[in-house]
Amino acid sequence: MPFTIDLPMPKKPAELSRNREISISEFFEKNRHILGFDSPTKALFMTVKEALDNSVDACEEHSILPEIVVTIERISPEEFTVTILDNGPGVPPLEVQSVFGKLLYGSRFHAMRQSRGQQGIGITAAILYGQITTGKHAIIKTKGTGDEVAFMFELSIDISKNEGVIHERKPFIWDREHGTSVSVTLKAKYQTGRQSVFEYLRETAVANPHMDLKFVDPDGKIYHFSRSVNTPPVPSVPAKPHPLGLELGEIQQMAALSQERDLAHFLTSSFNRVSTNVANEILEKSGLSKDLEPASLSTSNIKSLMSAFREVKLMPPPVDCLSPLGPEFIRKGLRNVYENQHPSFYSRPVLRPPSVYNGNPFQIEAGIVYGGDIPADEPVKIIRFVNKVPLLFQQGACAITRTVSELDWRQFGLDQKQGTGIPYGPMIIMVHVCGTKIPYTSESKEAIADVDVITTEITSALRNVSRDLRRFLNKREKRNQINEKFKLIRELLPSISGKVSSVLGLPEPPIDPVISKIANVVFVTEEFEIKDNTASVKCTIFNYTRQSRSLVIYPNPPAGDMDGPQSYETGPIETSQSFSFTFSVSGISKNYDGTDYYFTGIDPVHVQGAEPLPADWGIGAITVEEVKE
Amino acid sequence: MTDVPEVLRQKLLQNVYRILSEGEIPFVTLPSRNKDNIVLDEKYMVWKYGDNTVTRSAKTIEGAQYILKSLYVSEFIEEMLKSRKTSTLREMYYISEGWGPGKFGSQDESDMQAEDLEVITALLREDFGLRPEENGASVFGDVTFEERNRKGEFKKINCKDDVGDGGYTIPYSVESDKLKLKSTGATFILAIETGGMFDRLVENRFDEKFNGVLVHLKGQPARSTRRLLKRMNEELNLPVYVFTDGDPWSFRIFASVAYGAIKTAHISDYLAVPTAEYIGITASDILTYDLPTDVLSDKDVQALNAELKDPRFQTEFWKGEIDTMLKINKKAEQQALAKYGLDYVTDKYLPDKLVAGGDID
Repeated sequence: MPFTIDLPMPKKPAELSRNREISISEFFEKNRHILGFDSPTKALFMTVKEALDNSVDACEEHSILPEIVVTIERISPEEFTVTILDNGPGVPPLEVQSVFGKLLYGSRFHAMRQSRGQQGIGITAAILYGQITTGKHAIIKTKGTGDEVAFMFELSIDISKNEGVIHERKPFIWDREHGTSVSVTLKAKYQTGRQSVFEYLRETAVANPHMDLKFVDPDGKIYHFSRSVNTPPVPSVPAKPHPLGLELGEIQQMAALSQERDLAHFLTSSFNRVSTNVANEILEKSGLSKDLEPASLSTSNIKSLMSAFREVKLMPPPVDCLSPLGPEFIRKGLRNVYENQHPSFYSRPVLRPPSVYNGNPFQIEAGIVYGGDIPADEPVKIIRFVNKVPLLFQQGACAITRTVSELDWRQFGLDQKQGTGIPYGPMIIMVHVCGTKIPYTSESKEAIADVDVITTEITSALRNVSRDLRRFLNKREKRNQINEKFKLIRELLPSISGKVSSVLGLPEPPIDPVISKIANVVFVTEEFEIKDNTASVKCTIFNYTRQSRSLVIYPNPPAGDMDGPQSYETGPIETSQSFSFTFSVSGISKNYDGTDYYFTGIDPVHVQGAEPLPADWGIGAITVEEVKE
Repeated sequence: MTDVPEVLRQKLLQNVYRILSEGEIPFVTLPSRNKDNIVLDEKYMVWKYGDNTVTRSAKTIEGAQYILKSLYVSEFIEEMLKSRKTSTLREMYYISEGWGPGKFGSQDESDMQAEDLEVITALLREDFGLRPEENGASVFGDVTFEERNRKGEFKKINCKDDVGDGGYTIPYSVESDKLKLKSTGATFILAIETGGMFDRLVENRFDEKFNGVLVHLKGQPARSTRRLLKRMNEELNLPVYVFTDGDPWSFRIFASVAYGAIKTAHISDYLAVPTAEYIGITASDILTYDLPTDVLSDKDVQALNAELKDPRFQTEFWKGEIDTMLKINKKAEQQALAKYGLDYVTDKYLPDKLVAGGDID
């Protein structure tokens, strides 16, 4: 799509026919809804989305850490100006006219590559929508890396020619190293909620923790999503398309634009996994001459080629053109955006191995955020991403939503009628589908189509993250049980004894025998305080058994770095006596899950609140953990 | 006079202390208070708790909390009686805020605890100095009471001549030290579920025309309302008719008046009027009178099905009516009779039903 200025342009521009150009712009004017501009609210959303996706894409391709400011100004009750300012590589002044003024400019049919901006119809559509609804021109400012001056353009679109018209072009000194700013004035309606600009920005921040994003809303309120990852993601590598991943029209266009002199070279140079041998085989099966000029291929020629593609043995497409978010981005992105709801659990993000759909590689990632202040009486929030871009509309039609609905979430304590449908509970599910060509349910590209190989992968990813959730819930349940029992013997029984004795005016009976009847165990408990990302932990071991016990305790914090010895010998603890020690854990977030404790030196049946030290858990392993710092 | 603190000590505190001293885990045992454990007391023809018991043991956190709370309540009662004070159940719930681990989670829980103590001690919560919120149910008709006022004087009140259209407001305690039943010119009591219908009957002078006493139940009747019905029934020889809406909840209102409520089955012989008759809207009435109806909600259906298993409803009449209601899937309010005009209920419906009962000609 537009805006990505290093796009390999055809050397000799073989323009589409005039007729077709007219139909694209007119088509848009008549069919706004198909492209997502169906209401004033949606139009505002689309404008922000197109511009923002482009900005982040451009930064990613140039390994720039994005700094983006989105401003929405209310000009009149119905008119708004949207400005997206980025620190991207800038657009060369000579290309501004086409990048912003031509619909479908720079479409990537010639290369298989994962990018954000292949989702919508592009920024040009937003400019055109603004022009149609307000008559106002777009203002574009841009400055390239190393350039002394920036340029400001006033641009509109000639609908009949599908061409940008520059009304004004003026150099100016811009106090930025490089970047682009696009302002579009359009008829719109600003609202908040589930399908709003704000939600889009928030979810975009989840998938792009390397981005610093400021949003100024129509009331002048500033929201800041700060950067939490300081390295840009690895840019995706463009790859040639796989023969099986293309539609007839796409091959037609490739052939029309090809620089190759004959069909054989066209096949080997334009497609992935087509060697000279394979090309010969394709030619043989299709019955076409190797000397045919690519541009002269007829529709029936291309059909023959396509059936030959299916007959020959082709290797699956390479997958290194995929750019998943990766566990670090998911973890930090989710934390960064949802930490204000104090979730009690973030799953380990799951990245499935790449898979192939119709010659196009794709890959699934998922993560779960659970508990805390996330509302428990609302449907689970599903945040859907395709190629790092959030999908906010048509949730019900999307394969991600359906896959979530088909899993039974009741075992995780969520409400779900008969084990199907979107469950209710304090949870956010994130699913990211990345790929070079994603099947959508419709042209507006708002929902992923139900394709078996994709839903199977989503299911596996969800199963995987939910297993992690179950581990967490089990651990929490166990801890609660232990805390309850502890409360019973430390607080309730002494209170009962004290109260009944004081009312009756009698001496308190000894309750140790009662306690050991209720809990004939050694309790390992802890209390902690968190200050400045450091937890000060006090571990106390109570002996409620009828005999003296001694054991060795090995604390193992789930996160952060522990300061203190790796093991503690209690020495003999007499019945009803206790032993305490303290240590601290630094480098943790606001929530500390509680330490895991392991022990040796005592029969596990006598211990609650700690696990026996696994035999294969060499103490060296812990030492390594500590030395790592 | 019963030494209430002493009874509490004997029945509760000393047991807990003894068990603890023996090195055992404390527990409290009392009759199970759910509908599977109510049996017909043939002597009084009311439903009371049977032999099933539940044991609350300090082995679990819930059991330990229960025992601790019962100790706090006992101490609270003892101190209250010592200083000659009383408190409402709601006040006790708020006071429990200061009881640390003995604090109640809801007023339902503290009300239940007070009832459990009644069961354990065989005393009434009035004996504990605990009283309910004012319920404000009322009586209208030719019956004369003497109520002791704040000054300690007994004041004579005729519930027709000495009151406004709202009727005489039933106080929270209707025992003889507070309320004396002097005389009546009426021949029966009509207990009415809703205020709207009560007002309709007052306006239509039903009490005068048919020589009855009207009692407004105000939904599920409070203890004092049921106790007053019981006393009027026994001491003034007035038969009781219960006129309610036609839905499962109204059937329960009747059951609590006639047979005793499940929650207070330990004092059913003191509250229930086993001879009370139901003349509220039935499923048959819905069909016979072609009344305007509402469709049963899921909760209504659940309640009806529960009633089919409730021992109090195991009669031909109730099983038939409940089955019919489930079958037609409809319920109706008593005010639905207004379909046939404002006087229909007093001119036609009630006379028909009461003639069938034999109390008017």
